[in-house]
Amino acid sequence: MATEAQAISGDWGGGTLPYRVGHRKLGMWLFIMSDSLTFSALLIGYAYVRASNVWPTPFKFYPSIIFSSVMTLVLLSSSLTMVMAVSASSRKERSKARKWILATAVLGATFIVLHMIEWRHLISEGLSPFQLPAEWAEKWPGSTPLFGATFFGITGMHMLHVATGCIYLLVVAGRVNKLKHEDVEISGLYWHFVDLVWMFVFPMIYLLSIDMTK
Amino acid sequence: MSSHATDTEEHFAGSNRLFLSVWGWLLLLTGFEVFLGYMQLPVVYMLVILMGASIVKAALIVAYFMHLRFERLNLVLTIIPALVIAICLMLLVFFPDSFRARNMRYQGPAQPSAESH
Repeated sequence: MATEAQAISGDWGGGTLPYRVGHRKLGMWLFIMSDSLTFSALLIGYAYVRASNVWPTPFKFYPSIIFSSVMTLVLLSSSLTMVMAVSASSRKERSKARKWILATAVLGATFIVLHMIEWRHLISEGLSPFQLPAEWAEKWPGSTPLFGATFFGITGMHMLHVATGCIYLLVVAGRVNKLKHEDVEISGLYWHFVDLVWMFVFPMIYLLSIDMTK
Repeated sequence: MSSHATDTEEHFAGSNRLFLSVWGWLLLLTGFEVFLGYMQLPVVYMLVILMGASIVKAALIVAYFMHLRFERLNLVLTIIPALVIAICLMLLVFFPDSFRARNMRYQGPAQPSAESH
């Protein structure tokens, strides 16, 4: 205990890295903090408009719940492949790390494709950011068109993060021989964060809006 | 943890078995959430249980996949409490007002006499 305390006070004395992480990794953690607040604000705003309006619960088992559950499985698996990439990179197995990173990017792309198909189902039903399908408006009288705005806003924002992450991972995979291990780890932090956000988006947007009517 | 203050590289704690078991737990919790979605529970219970499960999942991801459990405590204390406090502050405004907002919901078509205009 005492030695740990001494080590910490020594590190804060200057000339060393007090968090024992590089400045880039600390920067990514700070970015993740700020992005967490962005998503928190979006989800809390969503909960607020949902509480104050008649809210449609339109998601049927097929396609919406099946698709979103498979998307969750894909994203969780991509986190596993990413952690394998970071683990391989720490052992200096760079080609292995590259393969795992590419697998992660492919799973990320799969998530986007599945999500686009799911969006298309809803758009073809008549959902838009400012309008509900006529059938929904009839089924849930007085329900608010804000459903579309929050749905496309939040899932679109998340999808943008996944797409950015895929590009980021492809760049890291291409440069893995030149990069330090910590750089691979930082890309992993970003990717896991994208996965983490979906762990809140999925239940709040999808699972609380399941259509239980026959 | 280690005595080398500038050593930020290389060591990445955790075995593949650990990561696989975390992944298994995450899948299990997701399965439970989907199952719960089809239970006819009041929305408040649903929300509490779903958010509880999601917070557990988020903690697993942050601790093991994002490796925070193996980082220095001062990094953890820099990141987590500030975030939790900021989110709680947002909820502090949201919760009381959401009860007021519930009463502003559309209550169905107005009475015919009030619809004269």
